[in-house]
Amino acid sequence: MDIIKFLEEFTTEKLSDNKTSRREMFGSLGTMGKKAAMAAVPLGLASMGNKAWAAPSMMQGDPISALQLALLLEYIEADFYLKALESGVLYGHAKAEGIYNQISKHESAHVSLLQGALGDEAFDAPKFDFTVGGRFDPFGENGDMNTSYAQLLAFAQAFEDTGVRAYKGQAENVMGDPAILTVALQIHSVEARHASEIRRLRGLEGWITGNERGAGMPEIAQAVYVNEDNVIHGGVDVTTLGDGDPFSFESSTQAYDEPLTSDNAGEIASLFLS
Amino acid sequence: MERKKIAVATINGSERRKFLKMSGLGLAGATLFYACEKSQTDEMPDLDMDGPFDLGEGDLGVLNYAYALEQLEAEFYTRVVNGSYWSGAAAEEKNVLQALYNHEVNHREFFKAALTANFDGDVVLPENLEFDFNSVDFNNRDSVLTTAQLLEDTGVQAYNGAGKLIQTGAYLVIAGKIVSVEARHAAAIRSIRGGDMDDFALFAGDDIVDPTTGLDKAENPSVILAAAGGFIVTPFTANKLP
Repeated sequence: MDIIKFLEEFTTEKLSDNKTSRREMFGSLGTMGKKAAMAAVPLGLASMGNKAWAAPSMMQGDPISALQLALLLEYIEADFYLKALESGVLYGHAKAEGIYNQISKHESAHVSLLQGALGDEAFDAPKFDFTVGGRFDPFGENGDMNTSYAQLLAFAQAFEDTGVRAYKGQAENVMGDPAILTVALQIHSVEARHASEIRRLRGLEGWITGNERGAGMPEIAQAVYVNEDNVIHGGVDVTTLGDGDPFSFESSTQAYDEPLTSDNAGEIASLFLS
Repeated sequence: MERKKIAVATINGSERRKFLKMSGLGLAGATLFYACEKSQTDEMPDLDMDGPFDLGEGDLGVLNYAYALEQLEAEFYTRVVNGSYWSGAAAEEKNVLQALYNHEVNHREFFKAALTANFDGDVVLPENLEFDFNSVDFNNRDSVLTTAQLLEDTGVQAYNGAGKLIQTGAYLVIAGKIVSVEARHAAAIRSIRGGDMDDFALFAGDDIVDPTTGLDKAENPSVILAAAGGFIVTPFTANKLP
C-alpha cells in the first residue's frame, strides 16, 4: 500500500515535501520527542543515505511502506492521547488518567522513533477527525462527559488492538533489517501491553476471544477484530492439540493474536482522516 | 521419531543443588547456568559423551528455545492453579491466572506439534523438562504474582530478541502472534500488582518500557536462559544461538 498516495486522497496538502511544518511538528512534541528522535539514529534505515531512498517501490512488502504505515498509526495514537488528556473528559478518573499519561508518553516516543528511522521518507501528521464525521464525541465537546468517557475508552481499545495487529502484519516486510525488525517488535509488545490495560480498564479481559470486539464497542470497530477467531497456525489447528480448557475455542483464540494486512489497517486509519 | 534422552543423569546431585541455590530468581546470576554446564562437562566428560541437548541453530534453535520457555511457563501456571493462593484468590485474579494457564499450555503444545511436524525427533527438545520452583511459594499471593510478572516480562524480551534469528517469515509471524499475548499477560499481572499500590502506570512501567523511546526490552537467548536458569533443572545448551 502506498501510504503517501493514500493520504493524499484525504488531503490537498503535499505531505511529502513540507519540511517547515515537520519542524513545527517536532517542536510541538517538545524536547522529549527530540531526544527520542536522536536515540533513533542508530536504527540503520536512516543511516543508509539518500541513495537507498531514491526509488522505494511502494508495494506491500517493502520496509519503507511498512514503517510509513506504522508512522500513520502512531500519529493517530499520539494525537488521540494528547487530545484526550487535554479534553478534561478524564477528570475524576484518576486511574484512567494515569494509564493515558503513560500510553501517551510511549506513543509520542514511537512517532519520533519512526520519523527518525524513516528520515526523508517520513511525512507530516495529517489532520485527524476523532468524531468520525460527527458520529462520536470522545473529547466532550458536546458536554455529555459520561458518553465521551465511554467513547474515549472504546477508541483507545480500538487503536491499541489495531496497533498490535498492524505491526504484526508488517513483521515479514521488515525481516531483511534485523535492527528495524527488533525495534518494530519492541514497539509491538508495548502496544499489546497498552491494549491489555485499556481492555481491562473497560471491564474486559486483556486478550481477545474469538473475533469479539467486546461489550460497549461500536459496530464500526468490528473491522479491528476480523479474523481474530483463527485457530490454525502454521497448519496446526491448536484446538486439536489436547483436551480441556487450554484447547477450547475461547482459549485457543485468546492465546494467539492475528496479523492485519496493510489494506485492512489502512481502512481503519482512514476512518479518522479528516 | 525417537527422542533424545534427557541427560539428567549427568547432573551431580550436590552440584545441582548448589547451582539452584545460587541462581534463584534474580537476573544477576546471569552466567550460572552456563558455568554449571561447563564445569559438569569438564569434570565428568565420561558420563555422557554426547553432552546435554543443544537447542540447535536457525529456525530449529529458536523453536526449541520457545518450546523450552513455554514449557517453563506452562509448568509454573500448572503449579499456580494447584496451589492454595489460587484456589482462594479473588475472582478476577483467579480468572486471569487460569487464562494464563490455558494460554501457556496451548503454546507449549503448539511448539511440540510444530517442531515434531517439521524436524526429526532427535533434534526436537524433549517434552517434560524438569523445573525447580523451590523459590516460589504457591500459597502466597505476592510470590506467585511477582514470579508471574518476571516470567511474562522475560517471555516478551525473549521473543522480541529472537525475532531477528528467525529465517522463515511464517515462523516470525507465529512468534509475533504469541509475543503480543505474552505482553498482554505481563500487563495484566502488572496491572493487578499496580492496583495494590495505586501505581496506574505499572502495566507498562518505566522499569520495563523505556520512557524515552517507548520500547520494550529485547534480549538474546543466552541472556534469557541464564536468567531463567534458576528454574531449569534439565540441562540443555544453546551453543548455536547468540
